[in-house]
Amino acid sequence: MSIQRINMPQLGESVTEGTVTTWLVQVGDYIEKYDAIAEVMTDKVNAEVPSTYSGTITELIAKEGETIEVGQLMCYIEDGAEDKKVAADQVNPPKELTNGTQDDDRMKKRYSPVVMRLAQENDIDLTSVSGTGKGGRITRKDIEKLLVNTNENEKMTSHKAKEEVTTIEPNQQAEVEIDEFTPPIIRRKPLKANPGDREIPVTGLRRTIAQNMVRSKTEIPHAWMMIEVDVTNLVAYRNAEKVQFKENEGYNLSYFAFFLNAVAKALKKFPELNSCWAGDKIIQRKEINLSIAVAHGHELYVPVIKQVDEKSIKGIAKEIHELSRKARTGNLTQNDMEGGTFTVNNTGSFGSVESMGVINYPQSAILQVESIVKRPVIINDMFAARDMVNLCLSLDHRVLDGVICGAFMSHVKSILENISSETTPIY
Amino acid sequence: MAVLSYIQAVTLALKEEMERDEKVFVLGEDVGKRGGVFRATDGLYDQFGEKRVIDTPLAESAIAGVGIGAAMYGMRPVAEMQFADFIMPAINQIISEAARIRYRSNNDWNCPITIRAPYGAGVHGGLYHSQSIEAIFANQPGLKIVMPSSPYDVKGLLKSAIRDEDPVLFLEHKKAYRLLKEEVPDTDYTIPIGKAEVKREGTDVTVVTYGLCVHFAKQAAEKLAQDGISVEIVDLRTVYPIDEETIIQSVSKTGKALLVTEDNKEGSIIGEVAAIISENCLFDLDAPVKRLAAPNIPASPFAPNLEKEFLINTDKVERALRELAEF
Repeated sequence: MSIQRINMPQLGESVTEGTVTTWLVQVGDYIEKYDAIAEVMTDKVNAEVPSTYSGTITELIAKEGETIEVGQLMCYIEDGAEDKKVAADQVNPPKELTNGTQDDDRMKKRYSPVVMRLAQENDIDLTSVSGTGKGGRITRKDIEKLLVNTNENEKMTSHKAKEEVTTIEPNQQAEVEIDEFTPPIIRRKPLKANPGDREIPVTGLRRTIAQNMVRSKTEIPHAWMMIEVDVTNLVAYRNAEKVQFKENEGYNLSYFAFFLNAVAKALKKFPELNSCWAGDKIIQRKEINLSIAVAHGHELYVPVIKQVDEKSIKGIAKEIHELSRKARTGNLTQNDMEGGTFTVNNTGSFGSVESMGVINYPQSAILQVESIVKRPVIINDMFAARDMVNLCLSLDHRVLDGVICGAFMSHVKSILENISSETTPIY
Repeated sequence: MAVLSYIQAVTLALKEEMERDEKVFVLGEDVGKRGGVFRATDGLYDQFGEKRVIDTPLAESAIAGVGIGAAMYGMRPVAEMQFADFIMPAINQIISEAARIRYRSNNDWNCPITIRAPYGAGVHGGLYHSQSIEAIFANQPGLKIVMPSSPYDVKGLLKSAIRDEDPVLFLEHKKAYRLLKEEVPDTDYTIPIGKAEVKREGTDVTVVTYGLCVHFAKQAAEKLAQDGISVEIVDLRTVYPIDEETIIQSVSKTGKALLVTEDNKEGSIIGEVAAIISENCLFDLDAPVKRLAAPNIPASPFAPNLEKEFLINTDKVERALRELAEF
């Protein structure tokens, strides 16, 4: 059983509307297919409208005396058929527009005739104009806006010169996009597969990963450092708590939660690392939202744990567990992936002891937590077996320098080496 | 002022012209007692009698031929082709005789005939009741082709066509007949043939179109205005000869042109418009000139879903305009 629509039929060539003169059925009436349901008058004919279904009339929409367009709804009928779905509206779904990706600027240097002419007439250097058209194309309107702005600027500066003020209006500055070095696009011949090779089509997600990686590695000057941390205390503390925790909470008390906690604390002290390069300024983020890398199958997801500095070890462990589960089941939402300010990557989970992370654009640093391994360490001139871990940091050298990052890493180290139930309660 | 439908405006113009000038008469299939299959000549037979509202045999070459002869003799015939699709047998008469006579006779003779014909699809007419035929006639100097887009324009332009000293092909969109309604003055006004009209002023994109597609363009422009896209609509009104000046002026202003027709894309009226733009507006163009037209298949299909796919509609115009605005 399903509700169907009966629409005003086309009752003759050139007829676009009809007036319902009399309803021949009432709500609740059962009618057969092709039975007349209403008398309709057009300026060419008077006709009876046949039902297109067998079933029970559930609602009369058009009123007697009302004129409605061909194809518009007259009434609803509940038909006898079991298998039909609820009638969809007759309007075709709009076909999706194919939009170019936002970052794509392959049209930036394609100038239309009018843009060329206006640029020549007004002596505009087109390479310094940013375009709002498709693919970054400079449009006629961009040039016209620029001309209006320059005129206003000229007026303003000449005006201000009299008042001996030389600052530029900040509003107008904000409008202009920053011109920065962009790496050249290198076109290469397509690679050919040899017989027997397997060709794997690139998925949308893979392509996005590729684009982000290229962007990060070509735009951001990466620098790199590594420290080693003695986490013997952390291992002992965690081992003492983990069974009880699993029993109480139902998920693992992971080392990673402790590392995120330590990083968040250190970022609070060194907000310089919780920032991004914005061309003419550096933006320091107030919130500490940590992106964590989660691999699933052949895909890499980077969901975000928000405001880590406000969460307990348990809270962080719970979110790690939740986000991993969502990634595995393909349930991550856009909301889960947004807003990261710094990335912590659990490379130790697959046995790595040293790695150089690629910064998660547009953040300014990424920290890799490597495997915890037992190593002989000299303490007070004696050998001792200690649980050691390497922490590797990749940093955006435009934003950060070695000194500040060294201080940050030392702070992370001291937090981790002093972990105990006193300093870092789980709840 | 009364609100009239597109077809009522046709009837009113005929009636007023027949009252004004007794040389004006109507001939065609079923135009008399029946009042026309679309009711375009409704009431004229009763008012003016069988000598001025003449039912003809089903022979389009004769309808055109008789009309042309009468026109050359000094009468003002308004010949009706029941459907534009049926005009084919009359092509020889219209092109070789009516369109050529002034040139051929070195200005001794002329032929002030008006030939009315309903064209266009969207009424489930199938192959023989849906075609757009304007392009066939649109390179015949001596002939004029008028295709109005609204009831107001219908009345003013049909009067001008009847009063014109040379042959005019007056093409009425049959879907517009009962779809479009507006206030039409009962005064005796005319609209000049050969002049396009800017139906809506805008700054971002120009649409050049004619006939029923003007209606779709207006609706699309209305929607786009809500998103801050400002569309200018140029209604050609006369598709041959084309008013170059209005097109050039508008496209030079906006730099972007979408050309719309219900006709097949290749060889249509809008191809000529594109040529005018590229000859005159190169240094004002900000985007490639775009055409939105029916696919190159013989005529609108009969199946409703295919007919819908074939035809221009508001959504298609809106999509094309948006794409161009974003370019």
